[in-house]
Amino acid sequence: MTTANNTAKKGGFLAGTANYLDERVGVAGILKTFGRKVFPDHWSFMLGEVALYSFLVLLLSGTFLTFFFQPAMTPVVYDGIYGPLKGAHMSVAYASTIDISFEVRGGLLMRQVHHWSALLFVASAGLHMLRVFFTGAFRKPREINWVVGFALFVLGMAGGFTGYSLPDDLLSGNGLRIIDGMLKGVPVIGSWISSLLFGGEFPGENIVARLYSLHIMLIPALILVFIAIHLFMVVIHKHSHYSGPGKRDDNVVGYPLAPVYVAKAGGFFFIVFGAIMLVAATFTINPVWNYGGYDPSPVSAGTQPDWYIGWLDGALRLTPSHLEFEAGGYTYSMNVLLPMIVGVLFLIIVALYPFIEAWVTGDKREHHVLDRPRNAPTRTAIGAAGVVFYAVLWAGAATDLIATNFKMSLNQVLTTLQISLIVLPVLAYYITKRLALSLQRKDREIVLHGRESGRIVRLPHGEFIEVHEEIDEYTRYKLVDFVNYEPIMARPNARGKITIRGRIRASMSRWFFEDRVTPVTPAELEAAHKHGKELH
Amino acid sequence: MSDKKTELVKHDEVEHQYEAGLAKVNADKFTDPGIEPHRVRMTDKSVKHEKTAARQVAALFLISIAGSIFAIWAYFGFRVYGFDLNSIRNNALFLGLGISLGMFGIGIGAVHWAKTLMPDAEVSEARHQTRGTEETRAAAIEVIKLANEESGFSRRKLIRRSLYGALALFPIPGLVIFRDLGPNPADKLKHTMWSAGAKLMRDPSGTPIKASDVQVGSVFHVIPEGLAELGENDATYGKMLEEKAKAAVLLVRVDPADLKESEARKDWSYQGIVAYSKICTHVGCPVALYEQHTHHLLCPCHQSTFDLTDECKVIFGPASRPLPQLPITVDAEGYLVARSDFTEPVGPSFWDRKA
Repeated sequence: MTTANNTAKKGGFLAGTANYLDERVGVAGILKTFGRKVFPDHWSFMLGEVALYSFLVLLLSGTFLTFFFQPAMTPVVYDGIYGPLKGAHMSVAYASTIDISFEVRGGLLMRQVHHWSALLFVASAGLHMLRVFFTGAFRKPREINWVVGFALFVLGMAGGFTGYSLPDDLLSGNGLRIIDGMLKGVPVIGSWISSLLFGGEFPGENIVARLYSLHIMLIPALILVFIAIHLFMVVIHKHSHYSGPGKRDDNVVGYPLAPVYVAKAGGFFFIVFGAIMLVAATFTINPVWNYGGYDPSPVSAGTQPDWYIGWLDGALRLTPSHLEFEAGGYTYSMNVLLPMIVGVLFLIIVALYPFIEAWVTGDKREHHVLDRPRNAPTRTAIGAAGVVFYAVLWAGAATDLIATNFKMSLNQVLTTLQISLIVLPVLAYYITKRLALSLQRKDREIVLHGRESGRIVRLPHGEFIEVHEEIDEYTRYKLVDFVNYEPIMARPNARGKITIRGRIRASMSRWFFEDRVTPVTPAELEAAHKHGKELH
Repeated sequence: MSDKKTELVKHDEVEHQYEAGLAKVNADKFTDPGIEPHRVRMTDKSVKHEKTAARQVAALFLISIAGSIFAIWAYFGFRVYGFDLNSIRNNALFLGLGISLGMFGIGIGAVHWAKTLMPDAEVSEARHQTRGTEETRAAAIEVIKLANEESGFSRRKLIRRSLYGALALFPIPGLVIFRDLGPNPADKLKHTMWSAGAKLMRDPSGTPIKASDVQVGSVFHVIPEGLAELGENDATYGKMLEEKAKAAVLLVRVDPADLKESEARKDWSYQGIVAYSKICTHVGCPVALYEQHTHHLLCPCHQSTFDLTDECKVIFGPASRPLPQLPITVDAEGYLVARSDFTEPVGPSFWDRKA
C-alpha cells in the first residue's frame, strides 16, 4: 500500500486518480484494450451518433421538465399569468404545461429543446437505418443489431407519441381520440383495450398519468437497454467500413479512439446539443397555450401529428370509403384495420429484411466491407420502393394542407395519393434499379477506358477526340472491389424432385441477381488497353 | 508491405470459411494496393499554419466560455414579469442562444483540433471473426454438457417438464393483476346523455335553443341539458368530458325541401332543423366543419365527408357509416328537445356495436 501511495504522489493528482481507479476497477486494462481502437471515418456514420446524442439531450431536458410537470387530469381553474386562459377549466397537466412555459425561467426553452430533440431523435434514427440498409451493413454478423436498431426506432416513435399526449391540450387530446377510435376497431377485444387503457370511457381521468409512467420510465429504460446492446454489438463486431483500397473484411481502417475520436465524437455531441439548442431558442414548437385544454367538441382544421406519426395518419386517410362490414352480428372495421395491418406489415418486412436477403443469397460469410448502393441494384431498388411507399403515406397525412395550399381539390389529392401509393413504389423500384446498373456500367467504363480529362485533341486527319486519362490504382480498386452474384437455377434434390421451396428460392435469386454488372477483371483491363493501342 | 501477402491469405480464409451462397468470388481479381498514402495537410508542413489552427481552437473554446457566461446572465437578466410575452420570449431566446454558443464553441473547437492538429493518417487494425475458435467452441460445448450432466436436465424428464409448466404459468398472474386498469365496457358505448325531453343546449354556455332562433344555414354546437352543469363541479368535470365525448351534436337548419328523409325518420327533424352526432364514425374526431352551400359536413382529422341533407351518408373519406341522427322536436315553450337518445351507438365502430 505504501509503495502504491508513494508512486501516486510522485505523479501528481492525475496519476494518483488513475492509480486509484486502476487498483479498484482495472482501468489500465480497459484503456489498453479500447484506448486505441480504430474507428472508420465517413460522414454517414455520423447519423447514428446524432440519434444517440439527441437521446442524451432528451434525457437531460426531460428530467428538467419532470421537476415542474404534474401528470394529473384533476380539473383546475387556471389562475396563472397567461391572460387569455384566465378562469378557464382545464386539467392540472395542461395548467402545469402552461406554467412551465410562462412562469419557469428556461421552462419554455426546455420544452422546445425536448420536443425538437425528440423529432431529431426519430429522424436521425430513421436516416441511420436507411444508411445501414443501402450499404448492406445489416448483413452477417449484424442482422441481430439491425433488429435491435429497429426496436429503438419503434421505441422512439412510442416515446414521442406518449410525450406528445401529456400536455392534455386540444391537439394531443384529439390525437388520443384517434388512438381510441383505432383501438375500438380491433375485432373482439377493441372496446376492452380502450377501456383498460383509458380506465373507463374516453377520455377518463387516468390516461395522462398512465402515459407519463410509460414516457418517463418504461420507454426510456427500454431505449437505454437497447442502446447498450446496440453499442455492445458495435464493439463486438467493430465498425464496418466502406469498400476501397486497404479495406477488407479482416481489418478495420480509420482513426484511433484516443485522441482523434474522443475529440471528434465528443465534440460532435456538443455540436448536436448546440444545434438543438439553437433551433429551440429561435423556433416555436407546439405552442399549447394557443390550443386550449382538451374538450371533445372543438377541433382545429389543418392539425398535424408529429412527423414520425404522419405515415400512420396518412394510412388512415388514404383508406377507401365503405370498407366496414357486418357479419354474424359483429362489426368488422376494415377502414381502421386495413391501415393498421398495412403499417404493421411494413414494419415487419423492415425488421425481417436482413433474414430475407440472407435466405435469397445463401451468403453465410461475414461482411465488414460495406456495399456501395449501386453494387447491390436490387436491394437499392427495394429500399427506394420502401422509401417512396413511406413517403406517399406520409404525404397522405397532409392531404388537406396540400389541397388548401396549392388550391387543389381535396378529393383529387386523395385519389392521386391512393394511386401513387401503389404505382410510385413500383416506378421507384425500376428507375432505381436501372440507375444503379447504369452507374455500375459507368464505373466499368472508367476502369476500362479511364476518366474523361476534358482535354480535346485534334488528330492529324481532322478527327477530334477527348483524351481519357487512366485512373490511379487506388481509385480503380474502389471501383472493382465488389462481388459478383449469380442467380441459382432450381435443381432437383437427391430424390429427383424440384421442391417448391427450391423453386421460390430460385425465382427470388433470379429476381435479385439476373440483371447484374460484373466487376472489371485485370484480364479485361489488359484487353481494353490493347484495343486502345490498336486504335491509335 | 512484406506482410501484405500473409494478410491477403487470411482475407481469403475469411471469405471461404462459410458458404458464399450465390457470390462468385473471382479468381482473377485486382490486387488490393493497400491504404492510400497519407495526404499531408498544411498544418503538418507549416509551423505558421499549425500555430494559426491552435489559436483558432483556443478562440473557439473562449467563445464557448463567453456563451456560457452570457447564458447565465440572460437567465437572470431577462426576467419574466407577469404576462409579458416579450419578456418570456427574450428569456428563452437569449438563454438558448447563450447555451448554444457554449456548446458550439466546445464542439467545433474539438472537431477543428482533431481535423487540423491530430494525426490524420488512417491506420489499420486486425478484425477477428465473431465466431469463436474451434477450441473455444469445443470448450463451450463441454461446459454445457457438464452442466447438463451435473443437473440431469436432459435425464430427469419429470423435473424438466414440470419446470416448463411452471415457467409457462408464472407470468399469468402478472397479466391478470392488470384487469382493474379499466371496467368492463359493457353497454356504456351504446348510450349517451340524451333522453326524451332533454333540451338541446348551446356549447359551451349551456343555454337552451328555441327553434325560432335557428336560421336557415346557421350551425349550432349542441350539448344535452345538464352537461354544462357537470363541468362546473370539479368532482364531475371528468364525467362531463366523457359524456360530451359521446353526446356532442351539430344542429343545422336547411330548407326542408332540400332534406331527403326516409319514412322512418320523417318526424326526427323539425321544420328543416336536423341534429346529428358530431363524433365521426371513423375514429371519433369532432366533425366540426360545415360547408353551407353544399350541406356537407367535413371531419378535419381525416376528411371524411357526410351529406347533411341525405341523412349524413358518407360521400368521401375513410368513414363507412353515416353520422347517427338525434331525433328532435320542440317542447311547449318552443325549445328544441330530443325525442329520445340516439337510436344507434355514436362514434367509431366497435366489435359488438350491433349485438
